[in-house]
Amino acid sequence: MSFETALDPLSTSGSRPAGNRAWRRFRRHKLAVFGVVAIVVLLLACAFGPLVTPFDPLRIDLRHRFAGPSFGGNLFGTDQLGRDLLVRLMMAGRISLTIGLCAMVVSTAFGTLVGIMAGYYGGWTRVLLMRFVDAMLSFPQIFLLLVLAAFIQPSIVTITLLIAATTWMEVARVVEGQIRSLRERDFVLAAQAFGAPGRYVMMRELLPNAAGPIIVAATLAIARAILMEAYVSFLGYGVQAPTASWGNMLNDAQQYLGSAPWLAIFPGLAITLAVASFNFAGDGLRDALDARGDLH
Amino acid sequence: MANFLFSRLLQSAALLFLVSLIGFGIVHLAPGGPLAQFALTPGISQADLARMAHEMGLDRALPIQYWEWLTRILTGDWGRSYRDGRSVLDVIFGRLPATLELILTGSFIAIIIGVWIGVMGAVKRYSIFDMLATVGAMVALSVPTFWFGLIVIYVFSVNLGWLPAGNRMTAGAGGGFLDFLHHLIAPALVLAFVEVAIWSRYMRSSMLDVISQDYIRTARAKGVSERSILWRHAMRNAMLPMIALAGVELPALLSGALVTETVFTWPGMGRLLLDSLGYRDYPVVMGILMISAILALLGNLLADIAAAVVDPRIRLT
Repeated sequence: MSFETALDPLSTSGSRPAGNRAWRRFRRHKLAVFGVVAIVVLLLACAFGPLVTPFDPLRIDLRHRFAGPSFGGNLFGTDQLGRDLLVRLMMAGRISLTIGLCAMVVSTAFGTLVGIMAGYYGGWTRVLLMRFVDAMLSFPQIFLLLVLAAFIQPSIVTITLLIAATTWMEVARVVEGQIRSLRERDFVLAAQAFGAPGRYVMMRELLPNAAGPIIVAATLAIARAILMEAYVSFLGYGVQAPTASWGNMLNDAQQYLGSAPWLAIFPGLAITLAVASFNFAGDGLRDALDARGDLH
Repeated sequence: MANFLFSRLLQSAALLFLVSLIGFGIVHLAPGGPLAQFALTPGISQADLARMAHEMGLDRALPIQYWEWLTRILTGDWGRSYRDGRSVLDVIFGRLPATLELILTGSFIAIIIGVWIGVMGAVKRYSIFDMLATVGAMVALSVPTFWFGLIVIYVFSVNLGWLPAGNRMTAGAGGGFLDFLHHLIAPALVLAFVEVAIWSRYMRSSMLDVISQDYIRTARAKGVSERSILWRHAMRNAMLPMIALAGVELPALLSGALVTETVFTWPGMGRLLLDSLGYRDYPVVMGILMISAILALLGNLLADIAAAVVDPRIRLT
């Protein structure tokens, strides 16, 4: 295709220095570095932790019910069935983090698609798509999620899709704004002048230049998705027992609040740590990838 | 102003139409559709169901069904609760005051504290206070509201015994204003927690925008005291974007209220939604969904009008 080579005579150079600058800026952001380290630790702990601890997450031991946290035995204590809380947290983390990551992928892909079409085509396409986004945002997110989750048989896959279905709008807004500001730039007009089809302009010219804000929005979307899973599972319409998630562990813990507070404290801390880490990382990325800084 | 009002109203009407389309779509997602109620009746035959579907117009084209559903909604006929046969609007409006009370109190607390933190953060930018406020806001936005509520109950009700663990008033005691307030403190503070974070962030950036403007420098050159510059000159303009924020926050507040109401067994609309889901009381569920979206649209509209009244620049754009 002739317009591709005509448009990108220098396509092999220039990407590394920009990447290095972003990395330097990100490293300076201490909270963001903390966030990334915490995310890696959480992911590794949830993936491999259950394999190396002496406790079986499913083994019920009624003689050791409600054992308090102790350094000698169960570090985080045991639950109402005598299961080790730390291993349960790791197993639940696998579910909660997977849902968060997968929901982010779906919501970011869909939100980006809507945003890029609205931003590129403008006119009625934009009005219709963005008004639909506004209408979706008029519903309280948890209400919408709960009602849909109650109507549709809950499973890990459907919960993931429902969370994505109720959270893609923010991404769409970010992308639409970014594309609209890029649409009249010279490199886009040049591509169009060379006869590039709309799809090429959107995917090869606009999308890469909107990558920064999309990555930031995606990182924050993981945080939001983990939180949403926790809410809907806590309220009983998310991940169902016997599969543990951080949200439904808190649902169980609610009734033992007076006698075994650790059952409530640790899952909540896990959620807060995971969500805050992704929020910190997203904030750091926003500073590091500031698209305006790179384009001028 | 008339032009602004007209175009803004038109915009809200268009949004309301889209909201109704989404609502109608969700009604048809309900298991068994609008007939689900009757399908559970023991001894009902397939022929009966088909006849009822015909009577309810369910065998007709979707656009016609939508039109009929919309006219019923617009004339105030929102159906009856499966649970007790009361009109859906009566059921919802019976619970709405408790939710609004929670939301208004929570917002009030959040705005006072959040605005103060935001202003202080902007004035002493990059100070220890500002850093702590920034990190604190991000952590607050990451804490699940229900968990925070559980911790508050554990500390203040279970351990210290200072606050009641739930409900709107002491059962059987007949209430009284102080009893009322006593029950309101914990849920309102829990709901306010996240909102403080949001308000302080917006206020900080709005204040930073304003205090770098020329008229502030002029005021300073005239010898106006720092205190007066901040709270009289700058505050007025810095608060303008906050009006819009108040309108936008309503859906998030309703979401937060649902969770708070659940943890504190507060008899509001959010708990009604959860109870109704448990009973498969779909007319009430759909009613709450639609009412909350309409409230959000209204809040947005009022906030935009208020902003236009206060700020003449908005009317021109």
